[in-house]
Amino acid sequence: MRRSLRQLIWPLVALALLLVFNAVASPSFFHVQFVNGRLSGAAIDVLNQGAPVMLLALGMTLVIGTGGIDLSVGAVMAVAGALAAKLLHLDAPVALAIVAALGVCVAAGIWNGGLVTVASIPPIVATLIFMVAGRGIAQLITDGQIITINPGSSFTVIGRGVIGGLPVPVVIALSAALVIAAIVRLTSLGVFIEAIGGNEEASRYAGINVRWIRLSVYAIMGLLAGLAGLIDTADIAAADANNSGLYLELDAILAVVIGGTALTGGRFSLLGALVGAIIIQTLSTTILMTTFRGHSVPPEFNLVIKAIVVLMVCLLQSDELRRMVLQVRRVQG
Amino acid sequence: MKMHLNRHWPLLTTAGVLVALYVAASIAYTGFSSWFQFAQLFADNATLGLAAIGMTFVILSGGIDLSVGAVIALASMGLAVLVSHMGLPVWIAIPLVLVIGTGFGAFMGAIIQMFKLPPFLVTLAGMFLARGTALLLTETKRIEMSDSAGIRALSSVLVVDFNIAAMVFLVAVLVAWAALKYTRFGRTVFAIGSDESAARLMGLPIASTRVGIYAISGVCAAAGGIVHVIGTQAGDASVAFLLELDAIAAVVIGGTVLAGGRGSILGTLLGVLILGIITTIPNYQGNLNSWWIKIVIGLLLLVFVVLQRVSQRWSGARG
Amino acid sequence: MADALIEMRGIVKTYPGVAALDGVDFSLRAGEIHALVGENGAGKSTLIKILTGAERRDRGTVTLEGAAIDPRTPVQAQRLGIATVYQEVNLIPDLTVAENILLGREPRGRLGAIRWGEMMRRAQQVVDKLGLHVDIAEPLRACSIAVQQMIAVARAIDQHAKVLVLDEPTSSLDATETAQLFALMRRLREAGMGIIFITHFLDQVYEVSDRITVLRGGRLVDTHVTNELPRLALVAQMLGKSIEDVSKSESRGRPAADSSQQECLRASRVFKRNAVQSFDLSLKAGEVLGLAGLLGSGRTEVVRLLFGIDQRDGGELSICGESIGHHSPRRAIKAGMALTPEDRRAAGLVPHLSVRENMLLALQGAKGWARRVSVREQQAIADRYVRALSISTPDIEKPVSQLSGGNQQKVILARWLLMEPTILMLDEPTRGIDIGAKEQIELLIDELRSNGMALIFISGELDEVVRVSQRIMVLRDRAPVGELSGENLNTHAVMRQIAGETAGQAHA
Repeated sequence: MRRSLRQLIWPLVALALLLVFNAVASPSFFHVQFVNGRLSGAAIDVLNQGAPVMLLALGMTLVIGTGGIDLSVGAVMAVAGALAAKLLHLDAPVALAIVAALGVCVAAGIWNGGLVTVASIPPIVATLIFMVAGRGIAQLITDGQIITINPGSSFTVIGRGVIGGLPVPVVIALSAALVIAAIVRLTSLGVFIEAIGGNEEASRYAGINVRWIRLSVYAIMGLLAGLAGLIDTADIAAADANNSGLYLELDAILAVVIGGTALTGGRFSLLGALVGAIIIQTLSTTILMTTFRGHSVPPEFNLVIKAIVVLMVCLLQSDELRRMVLQVRRVQG
Repeated sequence: MKMHLNRHWPLLTTAGVLVALYVAASIAYTGFSSWFQFAQLFADNATLGLAAIGMTFVILSGGIDLSVGAVIALASMGLAVLVSHMGLPVWIAIPLVLVIGTGFGAFMGAIIQMFKLPPFLVTLAGMFLARGTALLLTETKRIEMSDSAGIRALSSVLVVDFNIAAMVFLVAVLVAWAALKYTRFGRTVFAIGSDESAARLMGLPIASTRVGIYAISGVCAAAGGIVHVIGTQAGDASVAFLLELDAIAAVVIGGTVLAGGRGSILGTLLGVLILGIITTIPNYQGNLNSWWIKIVIGLLLLVFVVLQRVSQRWSGARG
Repeated sequence: MADALIEMRGIVKTYPGVAALDGVDFSLRAGEIHALVGENGAGKSTLIKILTGAERRDRGTVTLEGAAIDPRTPVQAQRLGIATVYQEVNLIPDLTVAENILLGREPRGRLGAIRWGEMMRRAQQVVDKLGLHVDIAEPLRACSIAVQQMIAVARAIDQHAKVLVLDEPTSSLDATETAQLFALMRRLREAGMGIIFITHFLDQVYEVSDRITVLRGGRLVDTHVTNELPRLALVAQMLGKSIEDVSKSESRGRPAADSSQQECLRASRVFKRNAVQSFDLSLKAGEVLGLAGLLGSGRTEVVRLLFGIDQRDGGELSICGESIGHHSPRRAIKAGMALTPEDRRAAGLVPHLSVRENMLLALQGAKGWARRVSVREQQAIADRYVRALSISTPDIEKPVSQLSGGNQQKVILARWLLMEPTILMLDEPTRGIDIGAKEQIELLIDELRSNGMALIFISGELDEVVRVSQRIMVLRDRAPVGELSGENLNTHAVMRQIAGETAGQAHA
């Protein structure tokens, strides 16, 4: 517990700084109201819009924990949305649409995991294949059109509904976080993932079923990406195979890294990844809300800030930099 | 001779796929096999091709560069701003953009090398930075340049149906091929990708080579952006979105191994042409939709990655 | 010595907490092959690293042809004329043979362009001179390891190396390949080169070397002219004994196992190419079988095959009466086997996981991910074993990487003991740990045996193997050479078998 808290300090400090900046620069940020049975306000919006990346980051944490990576999650999101929308378009029941979409996403995850474990293809290459082809499959399903969903359909609840005052995407993301945390920490899955990422050879000697664990991690990733895709599609009540989930694999990886999990695998932090995802979303919201001398800051500024964040996080984790700093200190002292 | 066939079979497979595609398309579609179409293939894919050439260096050394699409956009927008907004003559603006591209790549290479950071994350930051800067340069995100005499002049150059983009691409292929084959730098690129610690023990200059590799990727992407401007007579900050994926795909389909050490520029050229033909076919075949392109590229990637895997096991068994 | 090529005097190297080299002298003449031998922790590799610039000495002098040298990197050492060929060939697998010989010194023409024709011609000359038959246009990876090593030698020669260090070059070569390499070494010796040859194979030491230097525990034992040093004396020196010692007071083995006990492990004609030759083995409950032999003799390879880390190329294996086809660690564990690996760091510990998590890893692995041992139960088990094995750690939640070597070893031991295995295999469990911990482990083995466990015990310390085991299988050069038990089981006998001498020779 203590160890995981220590891991979380930097991301939490970063988030706190961002929030303080917001509190000062745009006081409306923390203005949360209860309107028409739902909470509303910028802070709630951050969570709501950040939900897909939070879901992806949860799965990506596990994948990166084993020392892998999954570039295909954005494409998987697109497939989920496309399939669900297509089925709804064909008057399929909502439940069937959801189950079928999620099922296909799990299959996509197993495909990725299979390439990694059975064919021993490096994860970055293995998932690149579905990253490219998956979006094509999504477009194939939608025939290249944007399929709209009847805004009255109960399916849209996934993206727009409210439960207990909270937007449904937030509820889904937080419950998924709880479920994943429970699965990972109440079973041995978490320890196995950390063991494989920390020392695969030793894990094999200890009789851990390395292949199976790897495979299931990619399958879980597929499921979570599917959920994220459904939220995205339900939110705009349309499946846009071209843009759904675009770039989000990168945001998810970024969230995991910000959360203190190293790309090399081993110790991972689900909570850190959630904080990382919230930081990323807060950044974009902050930039949208911030005004500078009466002018609003262009949203593209977000990308530049992100670049700086990535570089800072990398440097903070760099052993090489730590070594250099220590050396300089020793010379001076 | 058999030995040499063994060594070159990944390249031969790629060549086979290309020839089969070309012949099939030529038979199926009238006009496809014309000289003009052939030249057009190079012109249409010059930007991708240039990016893929830079990416070949990076991947041969065992790295990856996610920033190339964004650098193309930055170069495209940068050139437009320099020429249209600041009134610089083209012959000054173009070298300036190339220098910026080189510097951008070299900077990423230096960070990767100095702090021993994963190229994936550093070039991801580079991608955000370059795309963000490109989008922030102007409020319009796109600058029409048909009023620039210099750009118009460049875009009208045509040598036996090859326009300037196609020629730059082909010259870059030649230069890159020669650099990889005939310079110590080129051989060091292979050595780093094949076994970095051995290369270090052999006294090869790792640090400067790595910086050079990313600088080349930067300059190639910048050149890609420039020819795109010349071709479309406009600077555009949202161009070449996720083009790095296509570039990586072209390199892998061209037989270069993502782990580094093995591959060729010739293969990359073939890979680019394969992608080029696949993307052109829907223009002829009305009922074939563009998303099939992605699926087919994904399948080709799968086939080539698995082939590489098999050939690695096979050669590993001998070693 | 007038013709000394390399003179190393009083070399000291200390790593935090360990003296790796303690005043070692070493000299190499031009035109000799000098074998450098020693068991684990002898200091061979540290000495070589200092000579080749991979490490820097704390004290002492090194001269090359009379001039003091102090190479700071391997590249500097190469420039001085000291080249090294490692077991893991340090060349570029994807470049051609020719390039690997000339990389960094390629002939270049105008504009600095590499002249491939000239390069091929020169590379061909080099390989011709060495009598190698290779296609220099092939990528290096297409060559066998033996040829790759000879190409590394060719590169060294083309760099005008005066001193050639061959670090376990023959470990993965077959007999023909080894012969080829030796032929090459002899030619280089005739040409006046000084060669340092490191190997675990005693036959090879006697086959090619002119002199032998023995190191033990970071100290120089002695340097001998090869044909004046009997094998037994060499083995004795490597193992830290004197011959008189051995014949007077020798450790005796334990009485033979109760023959009524059930056989729980049987291997017949099991082998794996390039790892270990065909061996038979049987093990009964309540018995300790020792595997003795020098480093690299095939001890570890035997247990790796038994535990399913490596697949055997042939032979029958049955565990507790169950015949094993395709083998794997999971299969072995299910059948009641356990193995503490030789290399704790690489194959044993997950460094960032806690003592508790590391201990429970195998049990949890066997139960599967869904049936988790509750944290309370885990803590109880971990606490119990921390006490039982007196593991000194402030806290069972500490990352295992922060423990000392002995305590790390005990954590791995606990991992397997709590599985209550039928067969426990211990590969060098006492290496690199303090005396107290060693004694505890020996006592523990005895206790486990008397409780009916079957054990296989490997140690580089002969006394220890003999003390602990009831039966010993001796291995030499990756093949079983004999089995000792009962009356015949003593250090002297084991050493003779390791040395490959008959009793008559030994007393001559």
